[in-house]
Amino acid sequence: MTKSFDKTEWGLMVALPVLICLIFVLPAWVVNYVQVSLGTGLVALGVTIQMRAGLVSFGQGLFFCVGGYSAGLAGKFLGISDVFLLLVLGLVSGILISFVLGFLLRRYREIFFAMLSLAVSMILFGLLSSTEELGSTDGFNLPQATYFGWAPEGDTGKTMLYAVTCVVTVIWAIALNRILRSPLGYINEAIRENELRVEYLGTSARQAVHVTYVIAAAVSATGGVLWAMALGHVDPEMTNWTTSGQFVFVSILAGTGNIVAPLIGTFILEIVRVYAVEVSPNTWQMILGTLMLLTIVFLPKGLWSLMNTAKKKTGTVPAAEAVAGE
Amino acid sequence: MASANKGARARAARSSRNILMAATALGLAASFVAAGSAQAQEEPVKIGLVTFLSGGAAGPFGVPARNAAELVIGAINAGSLPAPYDSAGFAGRQIETIFVDENSKQKNADFQKLVEKDGVDMVLGYISSSSCKAIAPEAEKAEKLTILFDCGTPQIFEEIVTDPKYTFRTGAHATMDNVAAARYLVDTGVKTGSYAGINQNYAFGQDSWRDFSASMAQVDGEATIATEQFPKIYAGQYGSEISALLTSKPDVIHSSFWGGDMEAFVIQGSARGVFERSKVVLTTGETAMHRLGAQMPDGTVIGARGPHGDLAPESDLNDWFRKAYFDRFGTLPTYPSYKMAQALLGVKAAADKAGSADQDAVIGALKGLEWEGPSGKVSMALANGHQAIQGTAYGTYKFDKETGKAALVDVVRYDAECVNPPAGMNSIDWIESGFEGAKCE
Amino acid sequence: MLTAVAIAVDGLGFAAWLFLSSVGLTLIYGVMRILNIAHGGFYALGAYTAAWAVGLYTQTGSTIALTYLIIPLAALVAGVVSGLLVERGILRFMYGRDEVLMVLVTYAIFLILEDVTKLIWGTDSYVSYQPAYWLGTIDVFGLPYTVYKFLIIAVAIAVGAALYVTLNHTRVGKLLLVVIEDREVSKALGINVTLFFTVTFVIGATLGALGGALTAPEISVVPGIGAEIIVMAFAVIVIGGMGSIGGAMLGALIVGFSRAAFVHLYPPAELFSIYLVMAAVLAVKPYGLFALAESRKI
Repeated sequence: MTKSFDKTEWGLMVALPVLICLIFVLPAWVVNYVQVSLGTGLVALGVTIQMRAGLVSFGQGLFFCVGGYSAGLAGKFLGISDVFLLLVLGLVSGILISFVLGFLLRRYREIFFAMLSLAVSMILFGLLSSTEELGSTDGFNLPQATYFGWAPEGDTGKTMLYAVTCVVTVIWAIALNRILRSPLGYINEAIRENELRVEYLGTSARQAVHVTYVIAAAVSATGGVLWAMALGHVDPEMTNWTTSGQFVFVSILAGTGNIVAPLIGTFILEIVRVYAVEVSPNTWQMILGTLMLLTIVFLPKGLWSLMNTAKKKTGTVPAAEAVAGE
Repeated sequence: MASANKGARARAARSSRNILMAATALGLAASFVAAGSAQAQEEPVKIGLVTFLSGGAAGPFGVPARNAAELVIGAINAGSLPAPYDSAGFAGRQIETIFVDENSKQKNADFQKLVEKDGVDMVLGYISSSSCKAIAPEAEKAEKLTILFDCGTPQIFEEIVTDPKYTFRTGAHATMDNVAAARYLVDTGVKTGSYAGINQNYAFGQDSWRDFSASMAQVDGEATIATEQFPKIYAGQYGSEISALLTSKPDVIHSSFWGGDMEAFVIQGSARGVFERSKVVLTTGETAMHRLGAQMPDGTVIGARGPHGDLAPESDLNDWFRKAYFDRFGTLPTYPSYKMAQALLGVKAAADKAGSADQDAVIGALKGLEWEGPSGKVSMALANGHQAIQGTAYGTYKFDKETGKAALVDVVRYDAECVNPPAGMNSIDWIESGFEGAKCE
Repeated sequence: MLTAVAIAVDGLGFAAWLFLSSVGLTLIYGVMRILNIAHGGFYALGAYTAAWAVGLYTQTGSTIALTYLIIPLAALVAGVVSGLLVERGILRFMYGRDEVLMVLVTYAIFLILEDVTKLIWGTDSYVSYQPAYWLGTIDVFGLPYTVYKFLIIAVAIAVGAALYVTLNHTRVGKLLLVVIEDREVSKALGINVTLFFTVTFVIGATLGALGGALTAPEISVVPGIGAEIIVMAFAVIVIGGMGSIGGAMLGALIVGFSRAAFVHLYPPAELFSIYLVMAAVLAVKPYGLFALAESRKI
């Protein structure tokens, strides 16, 4: 099962060129929202895979920020602007920091996990906000992206960065899809259902949580690098709890059913916000809140359940639900 | 086992179809969304206005700025402003506005949407320095005239966009607020033996304190720092900080608090006698003068981040602005309103001078322009004509119990060249050089 | 010496405010298992209602003494009206849903409340300093403190004591403890759980509003004050142990004193002192100080 691609992965592979081609079809401003949504969507993905283990991280912004600042610091002090190198740097810092923090956080569940992850992210927020050398809360700017020494400008540069973002996102989505279907993925679901039983079965729940935490951090840090490169600017707001909160809300709204849900959910929420601001710049929060409530009332399993409902109506999934108890 | 496999495959097939469907839906939705963008019309000038409409900065900054924009643009369209702005429109063209909330995580994408989808002719806005840092390079890339009207960090043209073509800032940066505050204390003979600071723990607060303490070191080499307090922004509760200020007994207290934080500090501090024991300098105090009335202690040194509000010099334009604003919104305009009016009138002056509101014409005319705003003369003197300098003023608060009116006395005005670094010089270096080349009267 | 006294009094004052601002949150969580982000909205509503009412009243020029009645009354009106609307209008349709989903529900409600306050009161700030000023100050070792601060400390103690007595020494309180222990069994015993939920939520909302209303005279009431309180209140009740009234009190004291100590001794760390304390406490006591024992689910 881990050797060959499953259908979700084929779907992602087919979607990749479609996604990249959007830049030639759609107006640039929409592509822009797609691009930043892929960046933040990766973080939401990190939240989602932890949520499958019943862990709600209210501090995922920490790794979003670690990724962004790693790229930014490497650009600012080392003069590195190579996207791939920056991605690796962000990834490594994310993994290192989460590996260490994981020893503390893996002992916690439920609200305590949420609040402790929040506390850690806010400590970073505090530290960055009082570091004047790094522009404090104003943050600082990143260099233009280069690719193995090639430094495209203008539209070519934009297209390149967008394409890289798409490719990296799809690779991560495929990788995470596999993880979810690997033993680790199933252990995580079991942890969510009943952790004690997992222990009785002879598996270390803490270890599984630790690994999941590191993976989530890695994908979030990647998202941070891509997002920061697209924006050209980082500031501590990336690790503020309000940012982390949004990732959680996107994951819940989108639903944890499929690996693609948080990515698309992020984009949809972004576009809804843009239109809410356009319709009513002064009370857009109210529109957003109302839409959220309606979504929860009518789609308790998240936006992704729309997809399944649509399928059910056309009658193409006859046997799928029947094997739920397999 | 076989049936399990079949089930798994069915589910996989479903989810792969779902992804494709989602991708298609995404594309369709996006192209639908984009459909409205092609119909840009020639006649009115479209301005994208970006200020805080939600969150903590909306009340003190964003909304007064938006109000001023609505008022001034209405008057420009009607041609009802006093001379020399009494012609209708920007070089005859009417103005249309689109408001956007600056309180957004995707500021750059929002900016691009304004430029491409809404087809605005210019973007005017941005209060937070963080926004300006992110937007200035974006504006240059998008080649779209962008006017920053309020944000304070000197870095914009000193470090971020060193050769601006499309970005302008029509307000002076924050250095002069604190240089002038230090000068004012000395000029009015305040005892400055020891001084303390209470500033919000974020970039603007830290910068303000750095500039102020560096300036104090220049104007009074003997002065010592009693305590430096940095509470969180929007903290609201300053009991401990006030105790720390009281126990360290400074002669002068400097604060760049703004909005609700500043008002809360005045209420809590004055109740506990801070303002009687020390001379308090509020660099943004002007926004609260009329709301706090008697609660603001007499003798407080008040600034308005420029010669705005009660510190604005008398002129027909200023009289019109204060009256029209009060009639429409029921409060007097504060400095964010002034800065917005100043930016809009600068564009109008440029467009009228060039005889056209086209981007290139406005850019050409705005570069190095001098014009009169409701706060007096503004000149685009720095950063190759893209950064405004302006004089500033400080005053001392006095509340008239009989009329119930707040006023500023002992107002001292400072020329732009006295409190701003010369072109090409970094702000903090300039202060530490002893204000090299400053021209003061 | 003076600094030590200042830390003690400042810490106590800040703790009282924290307790009043977070006790409603812990009550609602304890009974309903809802982590109520809309708490910030109730706090803001209370602050606005009180500031507005006190402002209207003082314009008449009557004695300030009556404002001490207006403030709790404003909190009561704001809390009961908004609490009932939210619970009866939205939340009751959502009971039994996942705890995490409920967080999102209350977040959505919070967003709506934010704009509702903006629509009602606009974005200008409201100041109603008269009640905080009128009682004057007392000197503690030469440091002036407002009497109002001590009044808030007294109210915090009274609210804590009242809740404690109600929960532990009255029939209603004991029934409520049963509901907390096991909803299904209490339903089977004929306890009207729905009514308990409604009443608890309204009381929790009113306590949130009371926190805001009592703070209003000391601050300038502006949009966004609700968002500031949420994380602070969460931290306090997590430190103390979720759902425990005594825990909220202890959590408030710990956060209050440590923040005051940071301000006096090392100001730059004030920004994240609360999170440092939370991380430190949780590292030692993973479920907070007064955690209720969870029954093991096997």
